[in-house]
Formats: sequence, C-alpha cells, structure tokens
Amino acid sequence: MTTLWFIFLVFMFAVYVVLDGFDFGAGILHLFVAKNDTERRTVLAAIGPVWDGNEVWLLAGGGVLVYAFPRVYAAAFSGYYLPLMMVLWLLILRGISIEFRSHQEGSLWRSFWDGAFAFSSTLMAIVLGAALGTVIRGVPLDATGYFLGPLFTDFRMGAHPGILDWFTVLVGVFALVALAAHGATYLIYKTEGPVQERARQIALRLWIALAILIVPVTAATASVQPHLYASLISRPWTWLLAVGIVASLVGVFVSLRRGAELPAFLASAGFLVTMLGATAAGVFPTFLTSTLDPKFTLTADNAAAGSYSLTVGLYWWPLALLIAIGYFIYLFRSFRGKVTLSSDGHGY
Amino acid sequence: MDAVVWHRFQFAFTATYHYLFPQLTMGLAFLIVVFKLIAYRTGNVRYNEAARFWARIFGINFAVGVVSGIPLEFQFGTNWARFSSYSGGVIGLTLAMEGMFAFFAESAFLGLFLFGEKRLGPKGHLFAAFMVFLGSWLSGYFIIATNAFMQHPVGYAAGPNDTLQLADLWAYLFNPWALWQYAHNMSAAVITASFVVCAVAAYWTLMQHHEEHARICMKVGVVTGLIFSMLQISPTGDHQGKLVAQHQPAALAAMEGKFDSGTHAEMVLIGQPDVSNRRLENPIMVPGVLSYLAYGSFGAHVVGLNDIPHDQWPDNIELLYFMYHIMVGLGTLFIAVMGLAALLLWRDRLMHNKPMLWILMFAFPFPYIATTAGWATAELGRQPWLIYGLQRTLHGTSPQVSGGNVAFSTLGFMGMYFVLGVLFLYLVHREIAHGPQTEAKEATS
Repeated sequence: MTTLWFIFLVFMFAVYVVLDGFDFGAGILHLFVAKNDTERRTVLAAIGPVWDGNEVWLLAGGGVLVYAFPRVYAAAFSGYYLPLMMVLWLLILRGISIEFRSHQEGSLWRSFWDGAFAFSSTLMAIVLGAALGTVIRGVPLDATGYFLGPLFTDFRMGAHPGILDWFTVLVGVFALVALAAHGATYLIYKTEGPVQERARQIALRLWIALAILIVPVTAATASVQPHLYASLISRPWTWLLAVGIVASLVGVFVSLRRGAELPAFLASAGFLVTMLGATAAGVFPTFLTSTLDPKFTLTADNAAAGSYSLTVGLYWWPLALLIAIGYFIYLFRSFRGKVTLSSDGHGY
Repeated sequence: MDAVVWHRFQFAFTATYHYLFPQLTMGLAFLIVVFKLIAYRTGNVRYNEAARFWARIFGINFAVGVVSGIPLEFQFGTNWARFSSYSGGVIGLTLAMEGMFAFFAESAFLGLFLFGEKRLGPKGHLFAAFMVFLGSWLSGYFIIATNAFMQHPVGYAAGPNDTLQLADLWAYLFNPWALWQYAHNMSAAVITASFVVCAVAAYWTLMQHHEEHARICMKVGVVTGLIFSMLQISPTGDHQGKLVAQHQPAALAAMEGKFDSGTHAEMVLIGQPDVSNRRLENPIMVPGVLSYLAYGSFGAHVVGLNDIPHDQWPDNIELLYFMYHIMVGLGTLFIAVMGLAALLLWRDRLMHNKPMLWILMFAFPFPYIATTAGWATAELGRQPWLIYGLQRTLHGTSPQVSGGNVAFSTLGFMGMYFVLGVLFLYLVHREIAHGPQTEAKEATS
C-alpha cells in the first residue's frame, strides 16, 4: 500500500509540473515573446484563469505528503529551510505580479510587475529543478531523521553537500530550459499573431537545446547516483518510460514542424511526465537518500503513516481526485480556444 | 533568544497576517452568493453590479490570502518538524483533504467566477460563485478540524516510533470542538464582511456617489451583520466557552484572570491581572456569571489557577486575558451597532442618518481586531501545549533549524508583508473610489 501512495504522490507532482510548468514557462518567456502592453496582456490572459488552480496541485501534493509520509515531510521541509523560505517569497512575488498588474494602467506599474513575473518564474524553475536534483543526489540525513541543507558549500559532492552544487545546478538549468520549452508550446497553442510567431521561433531553439542537454544531464546522473540506472534496468516495465521520452520528444519536433499546436503541447506534457516518471521509477522506494549512511535513508516503507489512515485514504483520495479532474476539465473547456482580450481594460 | 521563541513569533506573525484576508474572503463569498441570488431571482441589475464590484475586491483580497497562506502550509514542516513528524499521521488527513476537496474547487471556480461571466451566462456564473463559496468554507472546516485536534485531541492512537496515528476517522473529523469552533469562526467571517460592506456603502452615501448601490449593499450588510453578530455570542460563542471550561480549565481561569477556585465565580468586566502576585487589580465583576456561563449554574465550582500546577499554566496570561476580553467586548458592541443600524433601516432612516453612517464607515476595522483577538485567545489558551496534553510547544520545533535562520526568514516575511499590505490598501482604495460600473455593455442579465 505504501507503493500505491508513492505512485499517487508522483502522479500529483507530475500533474503539477505539467500544469504549473506551462505558466512558469510563460513567465520565463514573458519579456521575450511579448513586447507591448497588448501582447503582455495576451500572455497573462492565456494563464490568468488557470495558474492558481495549477499551483494548487503543489499544495495538495504537499498535503498528501504530510498525510502519507509525515517523516519525509518533516525532514525535507525543515532540512531545506532557507531554500524553501526563498521559494515562498518567490511564489508570493509571482502570485501578486500576475494578480496586481491589471489593476492599474500606466507603463511603470505594469513594467515592474512584468519584470517581477519573469524574474520569479525563472528562479522558481531553477529551484524546482535543483530540488529534484537533491532528491536524486541525497541529503545528509542522520540518526535523528533530520538534516540541515545549507544553501551551498563548495559546489562539490561529498557527505555534506549544500542544496546547490554542480549537479543540482545542472538539473536546475535543465528544468529551466524544459519549462521554458513547455511554456512556449502552450503559448503557440493559446495565442495568435506576433506573440505566437515569437513563441514558435523560441520553441524550436529551446527544444533543440533541451534535446542536447539530455546527454550531459543523463551522464551526470549516472555518475552521481549510479544505482538509479541500475534499478531502471532491473525493472523492465520502466523501459516503456524511456520509449515514451524519445517518442514524445520526436512528437514535439514533428508537431512543431507541421504546425499542429495542441499535439505539440500534449507531446511536451508527455515528455515532462515520462522524464519525471522515469526518475521516480529509478529512485523508488526512496524519498530521501542519506549521504551519510544508507540506514538513515527515508523510504516509502519506513516513513509511512499508519495503515488505518492510509487505507481510509484509498476511499476518499480517488474520489477527491476524480472531482478535481472534473473541475479542471470544466475549467479548461470553459476557456478553450485562443485567448481574447476584453475591451474594457480590466481582466488582463 | 531561544529558537522556540523565534519559531512561535514567526508563526504568530504569519498566521495573524494571513487570517486578515481569508476572513473577508469567506464572509464575502457568502455575501456575493446572496447578491447573485437576489439578482437572479428578481432580475435587478443593480444587485449584479454590486456583486461584480465585490468580486473585484474579492479578487485582490483572495490573491493576498493565497500567497500569504502558502507559507503556513510549509511552516508545519519547515519550523515545526517534530510536530509534523509526531502528529502528521493524524493531522495530515485534514491537511490533505483541504487540498484535495477544498483548494481545487476554490481555485478552479475562482478563475471561472472572475473571468467567465460572459462565457458562463447568469446561471453558470451563479454556480461558479456558489462553488467558490463552498470551496472556501470547506477549506475553513478542514483547517479548523486540524486546529481542533491540537486543542482537544480525539480519534488517535499511539503508533510506532513515538508517533500518533489516526484511529477513528469520524471521531477525528467531527470533533465536537471543531464543530463549535467552526460555527463561531465562520460567523465571525460573515460579520467582518458585513461590516466591510456597510463601511463602503456608508462611504458612498456620505460622498453622495453610487447611491443606488450603496442602499443595496447597506441592506444586505446590516441584515446579515445583525443576524451573525447574535449567532456569534449565542449559541456559537457560548458553546465554545463551555468546551474550554470542560477541556482546558487552565485556559478558562487565565482568560478570566481567576486565581482562586470557588463557587459563584464572577465574570470580570474590567481589571488588570497581576500574575506575579496572583491577583486582579481594579476589578469590576459580576458574581456568579462565570459559573453560569461555564457550567450552566450560578453556584457551579470554577477552578482557579492556584489549584492548577504552575507548569500547566498558559505562558502569557496577561496577553491571553486581554485578548479574550477584547474579543468579548467587541462582540457585544457589534450587536449594539448592527441592532441600531437595523432599527434605522427598518424605519427607512438609515441612509439619511449621518452619525450612524459615520459610525458604520469607521467600524470596519473592529471585526478584524475581534477575530484576531479570538484566535489569539484560542492559541494562547492552548499553551504550554502544542497538542493539548500530548506534546508541548517547546518539543514541536525543527531541531536543527537555528534561531538565526528563523530570525532571518521572519524579518524577510515582515518586509515582504509590509509591501504587500501597502499595495493591497492602495488597490482596494482605488476600487472603492472607482465604485461599481453601471455601463449597459457590462450587464449580462
């Protein structure tokens, strides 16, 4: 049953990355694809009604993590104290820059929030990637079940690494390019005119960069955490995920070339999901690897909540998920098609 | 300074600041549904325009509420790791349910509600408003059920490795403490929203702007304000008090500044607790009333702090005492203000009564103060426990996070929230000055 909850969590996190990923991507590209107020309103209107709901997948995922694996939540959140505080400030800045921008006309006010939106989206993408990097790499968990990760030490591997070292920064950059590329395919799908044209040009370059980056990231992961690939090879069903990564990557390029907008976005989403799925399958059942001693490692088995609680969850969680998926289908269907700006200057 | 002091200060600061926003969100969500319903039933466009105006205030308020709420969800882990590790197997249930059942509904329909009026049509838009209301009120329940476990733990069992486990789902979800605390809290949220709506209506009336909308807002605000001000005292406040008397006698004694045990216990109207000498200075008291309120009989015996071991006392009795008295005092005043306003409204004099309009215009901060004082009472009264009787606050912190780290992030939050507050006030002021829009092209019904 703990395996099931591991899968549920990975699922929620993957959905989060796909959904919030495209609005992070839109933020990263905001200043590059949209040059004047109308164009920037178009970008914001493309994510305006949905970004908050997208972010809820992170919050709900966090809630499910406390519920199913309280020790992982306690260790990870306290261990990443400073980086998480900065994530919070970035999320605050990002949220208000999207919401406050439209409430006043004037180029200074709006330029400021455009900059804040792009800045916070860019940094958040890198931080999310770096966090994923530390999960692969491991953290200095000790016998108390806690650790404290300083922001950085000497950027090298070792028993006491910081949050940022060469490997996690590399994963962070990879995440930045991936989310930007994902956001570009979303903007192609949702917009028209000059914004779409610029997004199209950037998308192609970003996807080429991403395809090249996969090589060093894969090599680095193999050197930092060799058993990740060993466990992937020993679990043949995970090869499907590898096939999925390649197929979705090809799918993105083919669809972009043909101008198939929705298929390109879906292939992009498929790429993110299969990448994350493969990573999760590689680290399973580990949540946090201890760099000090394997016996301090937190896994789905030794960190899980009581079985009564998790059994009860098998009833309410799928129900809640179905309802939530229903909401999202309704939401995205209500705002389907290309973005249209309302003429009264409000909205976006 | 001890790290635990920084942890407590940070949580108190961020939680207090955060809750200034959801109380209006939840109360206003209810009132917006009322406006939308009246508009839908009567076809009166003005109600729809009023709803649209309040939706704009709601949007700004909601944004600040969301961004200041995310830190709280994180702080259980970042600052209170031993608390999460110890009790996560129980409280994780409601935290997860809040995300899955409430946040999804709230956020998905908020987008539809704020941006989708034209696409959805009147019926669909009313439905979206209702779902935002439902989502925000559900969210309130789950978080209060979590708090109720900390106040009065039920439905749990001891698990392995010195942790708590969920043992009885329904006992935990329907903790009697949660039910009364929820009713009390949600009623307070509606009071806050009613006072805010009345204040804006009074402002427009005094400025002689948007008079038609002002009348509509005033009517809805005064009627709901009076109803919920009365519900706030009885039955919700009354039952909440009885639960405190029953399960947290030390908190009750400290709230009332009561040191000596005895029958016919008096209710203190005014007085200053002198904790080191264990007495109340300059007291004005009504005999027997505390016994009656706590146990339903004027002769009932109430335990004083002198008969409670010192290490079970709440650790800030002075603040607790005043927070409680401010809450009760203001709650009583709200009935008087809203009662008078309702009388004038009924006689059709309210919109011409300048003194009353001035009072309503300036009264809106007081419900915020009362709810803040109420929460401070609940949380200070729970001390020295984090989970009443099970885990002390001192033992709930993240062991390896130093006071310096928490001080750093606390100062960061203070700076950030100051800027956020200034921007919020500026934008809300702009919206209120701007007023509701009446263009025909906006009307959809």
